[in-house]
Amino acid sequence: MKIEFNFAFLDENTKRMIRRGLLKAVAIPGYQVPFGSREMPLPYGWGTGGIQVTASVIGRDDCLKVIDQGADDTTNAVNIRSFFQKVTGVATTTSTARASLIQTRHRIPETPLRPGQIMVFQVPEPEPLRTLEASEQETRTLHAYQDYGLMHVKLYEDIARHGHIATSYDYPVMVNGRYLASPSPIPKFDNPKLHHSPALLLFGAGREKRLHAIPPWTRVESLAFDDHPFEVQGWEAPCSLCGSRDSYLDEIVTDNAGSRLYVCSDTDYCTSRREEA
Amino acid sequence: MYVAVKGGETAIGHAAQLLAHARRGDTALAELECRQLAGQLRHAVHRVMQEGSLFDETLAALALKQAAGDVVEAVFLLRAFRTTLPRLGSTRPIDTAAMRVRRRVSGTFKDIPGGQVLGPTADYTQRLLDPQLLQCGAAHSELPQADPLPNPLPSVLDTLGAEGLIEAELPPPGDPAPSDLTTQPLMFPADRPTRLQNLARGDEGFLLGLAYSTQRGYAENHPFAGEIRMGELELFLEVPELGFAVSLGEMTVTECQMINQFAGSASEPPQFTRGYGLAVGEAERKTMAMALVDRALRAQELGERITAPAQQAEFVLYHTDNVEASGFVQHLKLPHYVDFQAELSLLRTLRQEHETRQGDPA
Repeated sequence: MKIEFNFAFLDENTKRMIRRGLLKAVAIPGYQVPFGSREMPLPYGWGTGGIQVTASVIGRDDCLKVIDQGADDTTNAVNIRSFFQKVTGVATTTSTARASLIQTRHRIPETPLRPGQIMVFQVPEPEPLRTLEASEQETRTLHAYQDYGLMHVKLYEDIARHGHIATSYDYPVMVNGRYLASPSPIPKFDNPKLHHSPALLLFGAGREKRLHAIPPWTRVESLAFDDHPFEVQGWEAPCSLCGSRDSYLDEIVTDNAGSRLYVCSDTDYCTSRREEA
Repeated sequence: MYVAVKGGETAIGHAAQLLAHARRGDTALAELECRQLAGQLRHAVHRVMQEGSLFDETLAALALKQAAGDVVEAVFLLRAFRTTLPRLGSTRPIDTAAMRVRRRVSGTFKDIPGGQVLGPTADYTQRLLDPQLLQCGAAHSELPQADPLPNPLPSVLDTLGAEGLIEAELPPPGDPAPSDLTTQPLMFPADRPTRLQNLARGDEGFLLGLAYSTQRGYAENHPFAGEIRMGELELFLEVPELGFAVSLGEMTVTECQMINQFAGSASEPPQFTRGYGLAVGEAERKTMAMALVDRALRAQELGERITAPAQQAEFVLYHTDNVEASGFVQHLKLPHYVDFQAELSLLRTLRQEHETRQGDPA
């Protein structure tokens, strides 16, 4: 018995169904479009939503980059990239600038995106209100009425209790002034990159069976208060490898004494800076 | 100096080799054949087909072999394969009254038309380990001789239905085609066909626990096992080009009809209500649990107070799927360096401010 797969694994009808969902998502920025998510040959939680989105938009001329935690060489990124190599044969790259299609988990590259690029985010929980309201029927109603009081109260209570908004990743955003949306679990450091992004940003949640999108040049605001403006993480030390002071840094424990090293989480950015130097 | 994120490609290659090695085990022993799995571990194969939503014993056995006996992993393998199959059509609805019955029991009537038929059940065996099975080639027992059963065997619940003591089982107004959960997302409120479809492919262990909870006071609904039947049914596909239905072969199914108390309401006289369970293969535990959970999920429709988890449709239906659950629970072992880093830096800030406040008596 030999099992043959269609280009990009999914059959053409399924890909068309997903593209229709994506068109709706682009037409209503930030709105969660239910779609007939399929079981993929990678487990839920590994990026099945992003994989389905990538599979439905990828073409033979695309150049694909896959990152997890900002790195091209983490095990999950390697596995997803090799899956697409197997089922599409398209060119792959680690270069953000060279890629036409970038699938990511938890980061947006430091190198600015450009018009024409598509960024696909893997989304575990597309509903930003889920931790505040467990019922899907309720949260859909809240979105319909644009009733986001729950979230504002949560952020206010954070400030009252801790002096800060205690959300450091998957930080909720208002998209185009209408829908509250999850940017996926990127650190809030990356949120400003969503605003007026020249690239098309597509979000796929496979297990939760939802798609959402941020079209190019869309207004994206991270929730904040006038007296508690939105702020991103910063580090006192630069990257130990490339010296960057503008990138998101991973903390590496280097010995049993607890010595620390800070290096760029975006490996392509870090490598190319070192090559230029 | 710094190697943490390098070497992913080599590492996953080696992991796959180790996995294949561990699967094969001791090469001095014969390799398992899929035919043996399908023939001798039928309950495992049936469960993989049920929860994998694909009726194919060979592929289910292959999945089980490939997963080294991990049932949930085998279900996942079968589902991922199922995704690639084109949908050619839908069979005619099956009629379980037409089943070629191998087992049919009722907990409500001592004698029923056609009689109680135990079939291949372990219910009245003493669960003592049989050391004879340690050796292969033990003498196998003869097939007992019995008169053929009447065919078709009427449903036990029909006798109650004739008296009007149990609610009629009617399709919803207009008898719409049921939605297909494998191609459409689950949305709420979910109608009963959708709920049953979700339960039919749901994890047996999860359903069992939920069903058990309804018996222990969380949504008590006083169930009786009206009828459980298991046997073979023929499947027919309507082929438009031919203008008639074509037989596709037989499939084993198990059906459970629970009878539950219902006091009646202003508009309805007191009568029994139903809980329904149906699954592919031999699946008695699964279908009995399913019927209890189905009945609990009818709380709103029957005007009952919703107080227990088993009655909450979103809670139940969103968490039945073991491929979804297994993936999301286990995804926590994937790298979360970036988010953890974000939490670390927030926590350090908060602690620093806490310290400053403690040290500042004003």
